[in-house]
Amino acid sequence: MLQVNLWKRILIVLTCVAGLWMAMPNLFYTPVEQHNDAVAAIELGADTPENQAARGQWPDWLPSGLVNLGLDLRGGAHLLAEVKVEDVYAARMQAFWPEIRDALRDERTTVGTVRLQPSAVDEVRVRISQPDGMERALEVVRALATPIPTLTGVATNDIEARAEDDVIIVTLTDAEKTASNERTLQQSLEIIRRRIDEVGTREPTIQRQGTDRILIQVPGIGSAAELKEIIGTTAQLTFNPVVTRGTDETANPGIGNILVPSIDEPGTFYTLEAAPVVTGEELVDAQPSFDQNGRPAVSFRFNTTGARKFGDYTAENIGSPFAIVLDDEVISAPTIQSHIPGGSGIITGRFSVEESTNLAVLLRAGALPAGLEFLEERTIGPELGQDSIDAGKVATIVAFCAVLVFMFLSYGLFGIFANVALIINIGLIFGLLSVIGGTLTLPGIAGIVLTVGMAVDANVLIFERIREELKTSKGPARAIELGYEKALSAILDANITTFITATILFAMGSGPVRGFAITLGLGILTSVFTAIFVTRLFIVIWFERKRPKTIEV
Amino acid sequence: MRLRLVKQNTNFDFFSRWKLWLGISAVMMVVAFASFMIQGLNFGIDFRGGTTIRTESPLVVDIGEYREAIDTLGLGDVSITEVFDPTFEDDQNVAMIRIQAQDGQEAVTSQVIADVQAALRTVRPDIQFISVESVGPKVSGELIQTAVIAVVLAIGAVLIYIWLRFEWQFAVGAVLALVHDVILTIGVFSELQIRFDLAIIAALLTIVGYSLNDTVVVFDRVRENLRKYKKKPLSEVLNISINETLSRTFMTSVTTLLALIALFVLGGDVIRGFVFAMIWGVIVGTYSSIFVASAVLLYLGVKRDWSKPDANAGNQFANIDA
Repeated sequence: MLQVNLWKRILIVLTCVAGLWMAMPNLFYTPVEQHNDAVAAIELGADTPENQAARGQWPDWLPSGLVNLGLDLRGGAHLLAEVKVEDVYAARMQAFWPEIRDALRDERTTVGTVRLQPSAVDEVRVRISQPDGMERALEVVRALATPIPTLTGVATNDIEARAEDDVIIVTLTDAEKTASNERTLQQSLEIIRRRIDEVGTREPTIQRQGTDRILIQVPGIGSAAELKEIIGTTAQLTFNPVVTRGTDETANPGIGNILVPSIDEPGTFYTLEAAPVVTGEELVDAQPSFDQNGRPAVSFRFNTTGARKFGDYTAENIGSPFAIVLDDEVISAPTIQSHIPGGSGIITGRFSVEESTNLAVLLRAGALPAGLEFLEERTIGPELGQDSIDAGKVATIVAFCAVLVFMFLSYGLFGIFANVALIINIGLIFGLLSVIGGTLTLPGIAGIVLTVGMAVDANVLIFERIREELKTSKGPARAIELGYEKALSAILDANITTFITATILFAMGSGPVRGFAITLGLGILTSVFTAIFVTRLFIVIWFERKRPKTIEV
Repeated sequence: MRLRLVKQNTNFDFFSRWKLWLGISAVMMVVAFASFMIQGLNFGIDFRGGTTIRTESPLVVDIGEYREAIDTLGLGDVSITEVFDPTFEDDQNVAMIRIQAQDGQEAVTSQVIADVQAALRTVRPDIQFISVESVGPKVSGELIQTAVIAVVLAIGAVLIYIWLRFEWQFAVGAVLALVHDVILTIGVFSELQIRFDLAIIAALLTIVGYSLNDTVVVFDRVRENLRKYKKKPLSEVLNISINETLSRTFMTSVTTLLALIALFVLGGDVIRGFVFAMIWGVIVGTYSSIFVASAVLLYLGVKRDWSKPDANAGNQFANIDA
């Protein structure tokens, strides 16, 4: 017989209510958006009356998830940048030459004099005057390699050296190149994120794409050119001698000195010598590591000039602090423990592992590690976005009404059931989009409109089937039951195939196309749910109340 | 009183001329393909690189004036078109300017864009640049590649799914119908020279999904009727199945078309090409599920009696009168 048990009923109703509840904030888009911004601002410490007022526009206990609007609807700038990872190889190899030279110089008796040869960007070619000593020379150079951890656990070094006649060729290993690319990308992402955050725009998207690309989307920014300027500016990292440390932000630092706040100790201010000892441009690398006592620390390395300056300065100032300053804030002010020759050193402090990792990232984030090449840029003016939203709204409403009227004319009461289910369906799509933080794009709106058209398909299949069954079956209840039963396989097959294409679109597409795939895919899920469960529940409830002898579909 | 698009108990004979239908479809595919080969698609910058600038001005667009201003910069092939749309206000005069990818430049240069904007501002000080999009040749090449892979993957996945759920003959029929739809859509885009960009690929894949939806519904009924009418010839079973699902086919097509036409008229010019592709796809997809997918199924035949080994394998007409 035609029945749905109580638990199923409750579950179906609860699912619908939950979906609509999550979708509701989208009806009040502007106040909710202001509320969310205000909450975020207050959390960051900007507890102003304006923010409190904005927060009060929407009750905290109501859901506040919103559907993100894509760039094509909101306006803003989109950039796709390729990071030139090879730049880093070149810098690494350049910095490596003095090390090789110094090491081989100690072996002068066996290898003779060493001379740098013209080299490709990712290698160092060194000629030795006594080719007989080649074996020893290779041994010495190979001893300079540092092992790098790999996933397989097989020990690999960062460089490899081979001989070609009287020339030693030193190159980075593939494993090191991969690791280096990874670091370069992470650094670039981090720097770009910091740069954009500094400008204070809302909800930027900064994503890695593939092995060496970064996608940057910033809503509300005037143009892509503007965005490029922001990203292009390098963060200023300096190492300055510390004069004093205090808590008075109005203190007069004196001539040739500057007053700089501390980044992680609020209220602390350092008076520094304005002229830096070295700058971030001379930093080659920084890695989280551990000191002799096994405490978390950060190791860093300078290039040749940086190394010399830093070495001289540390030799003269053991025991006194120096400050690491990024964008006019002191990241940390360690005390110099010993003379640091050779350009590499270690920063110790009361770090946790996490903090040392962050500091290493920050240190590296000082300057963009490699050049960026912009492959794609798009600017969408906010007016165009607003026009698109308006047009999309009108079109969706008209499409929706046309379908509602058409369904009612075709199926009468059952059409109304399908219509209510359709409205719930749209609500569920928005609810799901809000929950997963999906992005609505212009093609996404088209996806919803298409869903409106296709969502009725499942109901049409069922209703047409019920009509057919009415001709042959014994009574209306049986016809309805058979209608659902027999239409199910067609509904499932049809929707699974469409879902497959939506999945492929999602996996392969980007930006607006992906937005379309999301709404189409979610639309399929919700429309199958509403057609199979929701309209059925309506019909069952109606049937129980009325017990009609005959029905007309 | 109910609205009926298709009267009850239709009994159209769809397959007395099935060879003719297949022939017509084949000819249309050849025409579409020829158009594609001869004229080629009007690729947007997504696929061939370059820059588009959308301008808006309260004054009527004077294309000659715009062209003169830009030609002084020597940027190669520049196309300027005025855009009309019923959703525009009276003082919205929109033009699209497309500049080809500049030789020897992988990256997009802001300089070119800035130059063009400056040149246009000198002739039309009140001009606004509503959107500016640039795609470098490297990315555009990759976009074509992913687009083609996406379409092929989608069709392949569908082939496998239908083969698993039905028989291989159904899968071949459905996929030929899809290929038919995709080729005809590309043909229309090449014939009418509508801009073909990334969104159109999304539309193509949706057409694949929709057409398939339609085909699967018909096939599902065919499968059911093959079990029900064991003695009837395949052509008759197909005819019965299509007639039985005809009402649903039209209902769904009409509701989807209603929604799409609303979007086409009112949705603005930005997505008009996209919606046009979908409308075309719904019509072609509905046609193809009957006249291509089912006709191919008729041509290939279906193994009906599973108790005996397939004695007539290899003979394509063997099962029609079984």
